[in-house]
Amino acid sequence: MSVQNLNTFDPFADEGESLGTNADVGSQANYIHIRIQQRNGRKTLTTLQGLPKEYDAKKLLKAFKKEFACNGTLVEDEEMGQVIQLQGDQRTKISTFLIENGIERATIKVHGF
Amino acid sequence: MASEEPLFDPSLKKRKPKKKTVAFDEDPLGADADPTQPAPDTIEPTTVSGDVVDLGPSTAHESMKLNGSEGAESKKDDDELKAMFGDLKKKKKKKEIPMDFGDDSGTSTPVAVPAASGAAEDLDFSDIKKKKKSSKKKAAFDLEAFEKELNESKAKSGGDDDDEDGPEPGSTAHLDVDDAELGDDPFAHPDAPVGVDAGTEAWLKSDRDYTYPELLTRFYASLHAANPALLSSSSKRYTIAPPSIHREGNKKSIFANVTDICKRMHRQPEHVIQFLFAEMGTTGSVDGAGRLVIKGRFQQKQVENVLRRYIVEYVTCKTCKSPDTLLTKENRIFFMSCESCGSRRSVNAIKSGFQAQVGKRSKNKTG
Repeated sequence: MSVQNLNTFDPFADEGESLGTNADVGSQANYIHIRIQQRNGRKTLTTLQGLPKEYDAKKLLKAFKKEFACNGTLVEDEEMGQVIQLQGDQRTKISTFLIENGIERATIKVHGF
Repeated sequence: MASEEPLFDPSLKKRKPKKKTVAFDEDPLGADADPTQPAPDTIEPTTVSGDVVDLGPSTAHESMKLNGSEGAESKKDDDELKAMFGDLKKKKKKKEIPMDFGDDSGTSTPVAVPAASGAAEDLDFSDIKKKKKSSKKKAAFDLEAFEKELNESKAKSGGDDDDEDGPEPGSTAHLDVDDAELGDDPFAHPDAPVGVDAGTEAWLKSDRDYTYPELLTRFYASLHAANPALLSSSSKRYTIAPPSIHREGNKKSIFANVTDICKRMHRQPEHVIQFLFAEMGTTGSVDGAGRLVIKGRFQQKQVENVLRRYIVEYVTCKTCKSPDTLLTKENRIFFMSCESCGSRRSVNAIKSGFQAQVGKRSKNKTG
């Protein structure tokens, strides 16, 4: 006779597994997202999200600002972590910059119109 | 004539500018009866209808002469003028048709193609390198011919030639349909015999080895000869009407045919709209007429790009590139199953990502 409570089976293990596989299947975590947002008029804002931990966002921001001749800031978001925010449409510039500096093209996702 | 005209009523003067306007509309027939006679020489392909066109203004001019000689009653003249205008309008239409024929038959391509094929046959006996080139050209022509027999659009053939992938099959379609319709007919007729005849016989007469493109064209020829059902099946092409974007006020765009496009893609409008908003980093709403009101200024091209990406991501099957797919949600995950090849894969959930603070902070208090 077996009491269900004494089973070694962990009811949460299954869900954890399935979640793990799901994370593998539809993972969005590894991508670097470059997005654009419209501001008033023809002004825009570019955000860079999902930067790998090994890169220093602060230094990268400094390099971006110097390279693209724009202002920008580092935003701390609860969900997304550190997000680099630049003035103007810098999407293609960012992606080329990152690719030139050794980030794989496949990991970069450029969003927007 | 010109000396006679000022002697008559001013109504004739009124007629003159009318005549001139007519003349502007029709170029070869533009001047008076005298240039109309050389006109048939300039327009060669126009056969029956061309004669009709030439006859029209000549009769008009004659009637004008008659009117000038009669000269007394202006009402009759006006009536006749109106009649003439009506005729001219009809003739314009008629004229457009022979012009189209002229474009179809008179373009350089059908002339060039047999020439190229003839050159290719000549070259087959001389040089191998040149042979390869010519055969390649031939192969390209043959492929095009075949694909146009399939009524496939021009873009696809171009993609085959240029080795471009087709990640954006849906949205290029509506641009290419016109080209296909316009460009297919003149190509198809001269090319088809070339592909069948020269492709098979090119290496039979000479000692050389056959090249890959030749064999490829031969394969396609025999394939389509064996089962013509392929022609009709592959002629399908995924087309979507271009998004119609209007501006509402200064800061909003209206995407009028969202529902149509969603129906065409067999996707829930909510899903599409969610993707649009996430991708464009904006918000919006659906108004009473089923149109999507997007905050921000967007042009048709931009929305089209986003839609293209949506189609690549969520509509076309990754394995067989077929747009005939179903999107189902199971356990909070979207699965896309292909209807034609049966493959099934999960697709990324739509995430809007980080939204920067735009506008006044006092307005935008969340929570």
